[in-house]
Amino acid sequence: MTSETQPIAKTPSQEMRSQLLKSKTFLLGNLGVAFWALCAIAPGLIVNRDPAEQNLIKKWTHPFTDGFVLGTDRSGRDVLSRAIYGAREIMFIAPAATILGVVVGVMLGLMMGYLGRVVDDILSRIIEALISLPVILVALLALTVLDAGRATIIGVIGFLFAPLIARTVRAAVLAERNLDYVRCAELSGENSLYVMFVEILPNIFGPIIVEFTVRLGYAVFTMAGLSFIGFGTQPGSPDWGRTIFDERTSLLSNVWWPSIIPAIALASLVVSINLIADAIQGVVDK
Amino acid sequence: MARYVIRRLGLAVVTLFILSVVVFVVASVLPGSVGRAILGPFALQESVDQINKELGVNGSLYSQYFRWISHAVRGDFGDSYKFQGPVTDYLASAFWSSTKLAVLTLIIVVPIGILGGAIAALRKDQASDRIITVTGLSLAVTPEFAIGIVLILFFAVKLRWVPAGGSADGSIIEQFKVLILPAVTLSATLFGYIARMTRAGTIEALAADYTRTAELKGLSRSRVLGVHVLRNALLPTIAVLASQMSYLLGGLLVTETMFNYKGLGLLIANAANDRDIPMLMAAVFVVGTFAMIMTLIADVITAWLNPRIRFGSHV
Repeated sequence: MTSETQPIAKTPSQEMRSQLLKSKTFLLGNLGVAFWALCAIAPGLIVNRDPAEQNLIKKWTHPFTDGFVLGTDRSGRDVLSRAIYGAREIMFIAPAATILGVVVGVMLGLMMGYLGRVVDDILSRIIEALISLPVILVALLALTVLDAGRATIIGVIGFLFAPLIARTVRAAVLAERNLDYVRCAELSGENSLYVMFVEILPNIFGPIIVEFTVRLGYAVFTMAGLSFIGFGTQPGSPDWGRTIFDERTSLLSNVWWPSIIPAIALASLVVSINLIADAIQGVVDK
Repeated sequence: MARYVIRRLGLAVVTLFILSVVVFVVASVLPGSVGRAILGPFALQESVDQINKELGVNGSLYSQYFRWISHAVRGDFGDSYKFQGPVTDYLASAFWSSTKLAVLTLIIVVPIGILGGAIAALRKDQASDRIITVTGLSLAVTPEFAIGIVLILFFAVKLRWVPAGGSADGSIIEQFKVLILPAVTLSATLFGYIARMTRAGTIEALAADYTRTAELKGLSRSRVLGVHVLRNALLPTIAVLASQMSYLLGGLLVTETMFNYKGLGLLIANAANDRDIPMLMAAVFVVGTFAMIMTLIADVITAWLNPRIRFGSHV
């Protein structure tokens, strides 16, 4: 059965792939994300200064002075190294939270769309309620009372994203569930789990990928915001959100590089992710 | 329509209930007792018990929830741990400050967003469309503080036109100077959403039969655009705008922290950092309620615009 369905599911995805590879925004976005992924995995390859090394005598060194390409911050730490190492936390937490949200959301959405009736009614009401709440506020409330470690952040963001993903998946399942191939599988006596995960799931891959990339952008956005107001990263961490908060007062002394550089780094990451999302959405919607 | 509104109101009550339970449950899983958290690790157990009793945090979770919600609906959220005064007093003044910021933001972003979206739609697939769409998308996803810090650098530090932050009191001019940078920061994020919706709505309206009829009747281009296209394109945009209020409210959190502006956002950020639980619960509950009301209004407008919902029984 599987070997028969695969070629059918593959042809449109191959077509999508060749269209995507021609898209400039898709390639540019991937370049940006790949760069920050490399920084997160192997920052030592790109910079050789320790991001935590303090040198108060060299406080606020201007860019391109004394071998500090992007200058130093209020503690004399290298701004370039910190910008590169700053990708680590967010490039781990945001994808992990997004994957969690997508897995939970896809399961909920499949159940709501395929099983319908009572399951759908109850879950839909709860989801509509959760969606109307600002994600960052609920996340903040949870992080205040729970231990604000990595696992908690991933769990909280993933949990808050799941309803949004479930809603999209539900709509996609509703469009598929009365098609012939689903009926055929049902009539040949396959159980609900098999129909949901083996028959329907591969055919709604497009919207799920779109949702994944869009949510990844929001996960970075949310995580950066939380870290900016002091949650989710340790004091002194080179994380961009926290660094911008810590260094923003230096601006008033006309020292822009310790805060503007991480802001540019963060913006380049979210914009790259959304270029990818936009390109994929354009191809999937066609 | 009436049936839809009633159903939607019912859902709003359910949402409000879920919100109150989420806020309450999340705040109640605080490890250790509240009294211990306030008095510190060296306080006597009797004092801890005493303060727990005063705050009403003993008893079953159910009775605690009932006590909290029955006071909350009457506007009594208890006393702030940090300020030792009624939460409601602080909440009210912060709410007013945030309202000023939000109103200025909407005054800036709504016309610009609609204009941008309309221009993009009229020049679909041309360079100006690409620029507006990509800029809008990029600004929409960039965290507010990353935009805010660039604005502070240019307009507060380099040009010295406005202060880098602070509270809005004093004359209208002074207040405007304090409010303008945070308002522009929030506008930057919202611009992309509004422009995108207006663009989509305008493109749809341009292709619609009524537009072709209007053109064939020989109406002038500006009249066709103004009366037939924009009016039809704008109503859904307004509905979307209301549903974006929850993003605007979330954005207040970082924007107000960035500009040290004493509204609800900064109040929440500080309460979270100080673990001032009654303040935090109340503020999240109020903001969540507000977001819910906005979503409700958005849904009712959308329904009213869509005859299939207006006259149908099922959504």
